[in-house]
Amino acid sequence: MRFIDEFRESEYAKAIVDKIHYISRKNVKLMEVCGTHTVAIFKSGIRGLLPAAIKLISGPGCPVCVTPMTDIDKAIALARQKDVIFTTFGDMMRVPGSLGTLQKKKADEGLDIRIVYSPLDALKIARDNKDKKVAFFSAGFETTTPAIAATVFQAHMDGLSNFFILPVNKTVPPAIKALLDTAELGLDGFICPGHVSVLIGSNAYKFIAEKYKRSAVISGFEPVDILLSIYMLIKQIEEKDARVEIEYKRAVTPEGNKKAMGIMWDVFEPCDADWRGIGVIPESGLRLTKKYEMFDAVKHFGINVPAVEDKTSCNCGDILRGLKEPPECRLFGKVCTPENPVGPCMVSEEGSCSAYYRFGANG
Amino acid sequence: MGKILLAHGSGGKLSHELIEKYFLPYFKNPFLELLNDQAVFDVHSRVAFTTDSYVVDPIFFPGGNIGDLAINGTVNDLSMAGAKPLYLSAGFILEEGFPIKELEEILASMKKAADEASVIIVTGDTKVVNKGKADKIFINTSGIGIIEKPVNISANNLKIGDKIIISGAIGEHGIAVMTKREGLEFKKEIKSDTAPLNSLVADMLSASTDIHALRDPTRGGLATILKEFAISSNVGIVIYEDKIPVKDEVSGACEILGLDPLFVANEGRLIASVFPESAEAVLKAMRKNKYGRDAEIIGEVAAEHKGVVILKTRIGGKRVIDMLMGEQLPRIC
Amino acid sequence: MCLGIPAKVIKIDDHLAIVEIGGARKEIGLLLVDDISVGDYVIVHAGYAINKINEKEAEETISLLRRLADEVYR
Repeated sequence: MRFIDEFRESEYAKAIVDKIHYISRKNVKLMEVCGTHTVAIFKSGIRGLLPAAIKLISGPGCPVCVTPMTDIDKAIALARQKDVIFTTFGDMMRVPGSLGTLQKKKADEGLDIRIVYSPLDALKIARDNKDKKVAFFSAGFETTTPAIAATVFQAHMDGLSNFFILPVNKTVPPAIKALLDTAELGLDGFICPGHVSVLIGSNAYKFIAEKYKRSAVISGFEPVDILLSIYMLIKQIEEKDARVEIEYKRAVTPEGNKKAMGIMWDVFEPCDADWRGIGVIPESGLRLTKKYEMFDAVKHFGINVPAVEDKTSCNCGDILRGLKEPPECRLFGKVCTPENPVGPCMVSEEGSCSAYYRFGANG
Repeated sequence: MGKILLAHGSGGKLSHELIEKYFLPYFKNPFLELLNDQAVFDVHSRVAFTTDSYVVDPIFFPGGNIGDLAINGTVNDLSMAGAKPLYLSAGFILEEGFPIKELEEILASMKKAADEASVIIVTGDTKVVNKGKADKIFINTSGIGIIEKPVNISANNLKIGDKIIISGAIGEHGIAVMTKREGLEFKKEIKSDTAPLNSLVADMLSASTDIHALRDPTRGGLATILKEFAISSNVGIVIYEDKIPVKDEVSGACEILGLDPLFVANEGRLIASVFPESAEAVLKAMRKNKYGRDAEIIGEVAAEHKGVVILKTRIGGKRVIDMLMGEQLPRIC
Repeated sequence: MCLGIPAKVIKIDDHLAIVEIGGARKEIGLLLVDDISVGDYVIVHAGYAINKINEKEAEETISLLRRLADEVYR
């Protein structure tokens, strides 16, 4: 497969690992922001290849993990509405709300909940089922939100009146800023999310170097990409040089995809958002603009669910912010497992706890 | 031709008609023709006995249908003990309204599969339930086979140093079944790999009887079976990413859907744990068989990390492989 | 959060396209990108092309990797 196989070449990987060992001196803490990077790192066993001086910490870049219980409860409430077909990405099916998961409710109550690969699939279901109302669980960061925006835009153009979304989308830069404002973290650099950056552009991360004087490299997702990004970060740190660099040059540019972002900002606007395990991060969420308000499922169906407080002794908050590692949580592997997840980090397949549990500590 | 009615399952005239007109012509053999409630035969050997129910949806998919799985699945479960499959039973639960044309197509496939595997269906049963009480058609097959060689093939019998062999490329059945649902198409169509593996196992046993474990990686895929082996035998298993055969089309489909081929179901593959000195001979014998052409040695059984399966990645790293928890769902993250 | 795969565009029909990766083909939306032709490689996420792959940059990265490998193994 072109543009994939070349970046899985063991020869390149081994050479970069050698170079990293050669230049690494200082103890360094790097955060991979994106959950997909967390999984990729575990899947290729990168941690075990790095020198002990380099510590990789998983960040909160998992839109599934950080979806608050209340939003899942809203989703279930929607799915229970008469004549509603509830559509969602597979990722969201096993996230626990206060009443259970979408997967369990589907089985227990016979709700019409369907997994889709794309918001376009949900749109098609709406077109094919004019007598029903289709609600789409709109989750994701800037990689996914433009796709959802384009779909809403399409629905608007076609005058579709039975298609709605439950928007729980969030944006990444405010979260990175919140992490940098957490003094105890002591992060030296960031492996930035490659596909979010395809949309928002590398310029969006300038503040990391300019204001906070930390290093940032935007990385692709193949093992060679990630290793090359780590090499670039270590090089910057050893040379005391804080910059934003792009490793994923074949896909990321400084300006990003202006067309896609234009569509996104036409359909959505910023709002405050609650990140499960972290708390409210100002201006980090997205809601529909007035022009597209009629697609908001919560407004249309009058969904009102009680606010839920997450009262477990789960350490996800600390884990998501890189302050603790999964095995340090008392619940990890005992009460909290992928089959019975307590907190968000174990729920999503790319949550730190889930990845740690499934792929092993030595990565 | 019409649809299945409740009366077809009630034992009366319509039931008899159904059996005489459809089941008997396809499953013709001296046992069934007696139309007794049981089949009677002698067995002078160690016996293997298995049962499985088949509820796959969709019932027709690229490369086969539920009938193929029903025969091959049970033939394979017997073969995985080193048994020669002989006699099968077939029980059908049909949903009222099921098109008889589709039943016929399934029966024809079952006949073809049974002929290829050299097994006969000696007894059977058909019930019909009200519409909505079953999903189109469910099939149960049980099977009896005989073990003629001095073998002890079992998941708890892996020995340290054994080589792990896979009989061919992984992930084809699972992807084939998902094709229609996920709107995927292929340059070269992915067909289910459903196949009877008894002749392959017979060839392997002719090359060497030092085969310690055999299993077909159906639900849960290669990863789940290896984990079961590791736990059952209390050994460690190491496999090598670059040795595992995966067709391009399956890789591509898995990339698009966010699936891992290690966890995708197969219906015509087997995994063997073989005494190391015999591994090359067994591999050679496999590659001569129609269903083992792409067989590969993918790893070995280790003394360390008991109960744990480790994958050595292409780039030289290590990753722990666990069994599948729940279903693999298509992801965007 | 970002399973995106590089796939080759093999057919375009208004704002929809068929892409291929490793022989697997799927229909995707092109509303988020401009200037796509048959033969281009795009990154596909959630049923949409989110960007066109810059093949020149890809080749440069691969050359860099080759140079790194040569330095280490020479």
